[in-house]
Amino acid sequence: MLRYTLKRLLSLLISLAIASLVIFATIEVAPGDPAFFMLGINAQEDTLAALRVELGLDKSKPQRYWAWITGMIHGDFGTSYQYRTPISGMISARLWVSLPLALYALVISVLIAFPVGIYAATKRGKKGDLIVMGATQFGLAIPNFWFAMMLVLIFAINLRWFSAGGFTSWDKGVFSALKSLTLPALALALPQAAILARVMRSALLDVLSEDFIRTARAKGLSRRQTLQYHGLRNAMIPVLTILGLQLSFLLAGGIIIEQVFYLPGLGRLIFQSISARDLIVVESVTMLLVFAVIIINFIIDLAYAIVDPRLRARS
Amino acid sequence: MSLLQIRNLSLCINRLKILHDISMDISPGEIVAITGESGSGKSMTALATMQLLPEGSKTKGQILINDRDTMLLSETEMCRLRGNTVGMVFQEPMTALNPVQTIGAQVAESVRLHRPDLDPMARAAEVLTRVGLSPELVSLSRFPHTLSGGQRQRVIIAIAIACSPKLLIADEPTTALDVTTQAQILHLLQKLTTEDSMGLMMITHDLAVVTQMADQIIIMKNGHIVEKARPSNLLNTPKHPYTKALIATSAHRATLPRLRQEAPLLRVRNVVQSYALPRRSIFTAPGKVYAVNDVSFDIPKGIRLGLVGESGCGKSTLTRSILGLEPVKSGAITLDGEHVFSAGRPNLAVRRRMQVVFQDPYGSFNPRHRVARLITEPFNLLDKKPTATESMDRIAKSLTSVGLLPSDAQKYPHQFSGGQRQRIAIARAIIIRPDLIIFDEAVSALDVSVRAQILDLITELCRQYNLTYLFISHDLSVVRNITDHVLVMKSGKIVERGSTEEVFSNPQDTYTKSLISAAPQLSKRTYHA
Repeated sequence: MLRYTLKRLLSLLISLAIASLVIFATIEVAPGDPAFFMLGINAQEDTLAALRVELGLDKSKPQRYWAWITGMIHGDFGTSYQYRTPISGMISARLWVSLPLALYALVISVLIAFPVGIYAATKRGKKGDLIVMGATQFGLAIPNFWFAMMLVLIFAINLRWFSAGGFTSWDKGVFSALKSLTLPALALALPQAAILARVMRSALLDVLSEDFIRTARAKGLSRRQTLQYHGLRNAMIPVLTILGLQLSFLLAGGIIIEQVFYLPGLGRLIFQSISARDLIVVESVTMLLVFAVIIINFIIDLAYAIVDPRLRARS
Repeated sequence: MSLLQIRNLSLCINRLKILHDISMDISPGEIVAITGESGSGKSMTALATMQLLPEGSKTKGQILINDRDTMLLSETEMCRLRGNTVGMVFQEPMTALNPVQTIGAQVAESVRLHRPDLDPMARAAEVLTRVGLSPELVSLSRFPHTLSGGQRQRVIIAIAIACSPKLLIADEPTTALDVTTQAQILHLLQKLTTEDSMGLMMITHDLAVVTQMADQIIIMKNGHIVEKARPSNLLNTPKHPYTKALIATSAHRATLPRLRQEAPLLRVRNVVQSYALPRRSIFTAPGKVYAVNDVSFDIPKGIRLGLVGESGCGKSTLTRSILGLEPVKSGAITLDGEHVFSAGRPNLAVRRRMQVVFQDPYGSFNPRHRVARLITEPFNLLDKKPTATESMDRIAKSLTSVGLLPSDAQKYPHQFSGGQRQRIAIARAIIIRPDLIIFDEAVSALDVSVRAQILDLITELCRQYNLTYLFISHDLSVVRNITDHVLVMKSGKIVERGSTEEVFSNPQDTYTKSLISAAPQLSKRTYHA
């Protein structure tokens, strides 16, 4: 297991190095001079030069890459061209919205999908299965912004249980912050839950047709015990894969939902920065997201190994 | 008094009649073998006894275990019976264990379920020792994937006997195993039956496996019992015509055409194939495992050569090298002087002269392609592909020569039986008129009667097209049947070679001797006929 972990860790570092190089190179290739962009058309040549020095644009590419990387490691992501404020502050404020939102949505999605998927698998081909699978089809088909609007209409406008949008800061208490994230998390979770439930169902059905399930039944375990002790853990591999993909997606993919609920999240930050050609912000947020995806994959890889002893041995 | 009494058992699955009026008895200490071809209902009889039938099954009749009718028991009561009074061993040791649990836990689970008075782990260690896996040798905390097939089958037997059942049901327990392992497992089952005076219901498609150990043999066909008899009576005076046919096909021998001595077609010279093991630490060089270690032989034109050995002996690696699928580490493989692997890839000029037929008639076809497309795939090896009419003509010819109809070209593989699919695989091999055909366990998955037909087809084809065969198999009776010369392989080396008749009747190497003595035989009389 230790070997496996170290190996995964090494591949994590290599992925990060490659990803950072690619991102840096892409931004370098992009046309336009940031200093020129910040000062506008009427800028004097000497002020431009001074700003370039201030931004470190006069240094060589390897030097700038190194400065960028070491800066990020120390938490310094540079300064936004547009707002002229440190990017780290902008990102961390957004991250405190997006990360809890993503995790919240993921938890809701798991809480819905696992029981639903397991139920459907045990009732294969029967009425319960058909109804549940029909419902997941529905969940997949509904556009999430429409579902978000329906949630607002019902729970915010009619029932007045939640506010229709905006984010209550964590300083005002965990409960009220979570409450302001509940509707967006639900809206994000629904299609994810539908996918996850389907994956759970088919993974379980695959496992339930395996020979060792018959062995378990021949031992005298009931159907329920067989599912619990021999089915679930073996079905976890495909489910974990999807979970990892979903978490990566939820981190920045909630841009439409953030827009619907006026949430100051990462998705909106990227969108605004791209519109304003604030490339250094795009670069930093992209790097951060890549970092998050790689870390999530690393965690999923470890989870695989915990679930399946064969993976531990193979490395 | 009988332990198990089955009375007039009939079974329908989704309105399809599977079993008709089955009756049998098993007493304590008695071994009853049920044999028949696939689809004869033998496994369903076992599953009905366990009440583990697939969904949509309807049963009629009685199954009495210790005079209790199991058909009347509730599912909860059946759960108490399964694994406790009746244990079951399955065919596929590779997949019958949960891959994510330790073997100790899997044996202990059964104890925990039925015998709260025992310490589960201690009992698990005890039964595993009994089946020959003492914890000093094989730790309880090992996972199934670290064990060999034979060891896994022992674990499954340990699970089945963990609660000292009265009746043990073994469904094809040795079919997936090598001959020597098979002999050990059969011996173990026999020993356990005597020591605990258990009843044993042994299901197998191979009559030869059970003639030496069974007290009674039941022959099934299409869901009927056609004959019940003691082994000696059954072999010497079979009553039912089907039994006679079954015994005849089991001992079937194909007649090979006369051998002409000719120049070597394929030359294998000092071939070494090794794989690197994972490094122990970054400072030492990685270890090597030699799958094929300095192997040399020739295949003369027109000969039928057999290659036998147990799983893991390097047969498959050697096959891959001969087919040019991977480069050899050292040595040379040439066909008529041309290397099979050259310039970093398989040599097409050679590849079009040899074809291969694989074991699994179910897995070796793309299910979405029609037969016509499947069998014309070797055309890709030719420089100039045949025209549409030419290829139609060749499809028709090769299908007819394997005993299928030209119209079968438009069908999909799932529309054929296992034996027919193997015919399609052979049609694919002969369509470009190769010189050499490699049969990799090509008849191992087939029923005896189908196997006999395919073997006849293979010999007929070599008469017709002047083919050279390399026949790779772990099944000695098949190799003896169809080859002129034989190579015996063990741990990557060839330990014995010679003419088939000589090697089989007078083996020199100790390993060959043990292989031949472990192979089940129907009886001395039929074997030498």
